[in-house]
Amino acid sequence: MSNIEERVKKIVAEQLGVKEDIATDASFVDDLGADSLDTVELVMALEEEFECEIPDDEAEKITTVQQAIDYVVKNA
Amino acid sequence: MDKQVALVTGASRGIGRAIAERLAQDGFFVIGTATTDNGADSISAYLGEHGKGLKLDVANPDSIAEVMKSINDEIGAPIVLVNNAGITRDNLLMRMKDEEWDDIINTNLTSVFRMSKAVLRGMMKAKTGRIINISSVVGSTGNAGQANYAAAKAGMVGFAKSMAKEVGSRNITINTVSPGFIDTDMTKELSDDIKNTLLSSIPLSRLGKAEEIAHTVSFLASNGAAYITGENIHVNGGMFMP
Repeated sequence: MSNIEERVKKIVAEQLGVKEDIATDASFVDDLGADSLDTVELVMALEEEFECEIPDDEAEKITTVQQAIDYVVKNA
Repeated sequence: MDKQVALVTGASRGIGRAIAERLAQDGFFVIGTATTDNGADSISAYLGEHGKGLKLDVANPDSIAEVMKSINDEIGAPIVLVNNAGITRDNLLMRMKDEEWDDIINTNLTSVFRMSKAVLRGMMKAKTGRIINISSVVGSTGNAGQANYAAAKAGMVGFAKSMAKEVGSRNITINTVSPGFIDTDMTKELSDDIKNTLLSSIPLSRLGKAEEIAHTVSFLASNGAAYITGENIHVNGGMFMP
């Protein structure tokens, strides 16, 4: 679990260029300054890291770090 | 694959073939698509070691998914896409069947959406990409008997402008080239009467050559065109000046 959390946070940091510690409840857009295209890229990066395919309608629901972690825990 | 990959739809003849040959000369590994196995074989033959022909029906989403998978797995993600495949189903609007309308919109416009979407993931990862749509002067001027074709060709321009705004920040450009009357099989079908009337409306008083469209595409795919996006370049001998 904590391993997944670390991996998700590492990807978020890389994709969005965040240098500070990332809070688990951080919203990509509101807290981390992502635009809508960044969130699409983020999902692409998560798919690669966890070798899964996230359908578009699921991807739209992933808007915070916690939601990304939850999705990976449940599906990957 | 150390060469960059360029994908050209509708590459078995005409403008598409000229574009594929030109991009191969420019140093790309070119994948040209055709709707039949014969067409794909002939593309492989003329491209030789510089590329490969594949069978693809741009109107069929399953065919696109399958071909894109095999390109990405076996060759490499394209960083240039030329949406060239197109057909005509001319008829006066009063006589135009739904089927004639739908065929044109599917093959000439919906295909551009599907193909562009399919290559975008690779381009976003590469942080570079060029999408070039081959439209037509008819998309800007209209043409009696071609309401369906003109609508699809004009649609490409609006699509390109929107996409240019969406993905510009990722260093991906999308532009349109609008050929006038080019000497290809598609224009060979025109009657002499129509051809003569046409020629009298073209300041350069000749049909264009497929190679002249290919040069414009080559430029848009080159580094020199990096700051051009959302643009529609007319190559028509002066018959229409926007």
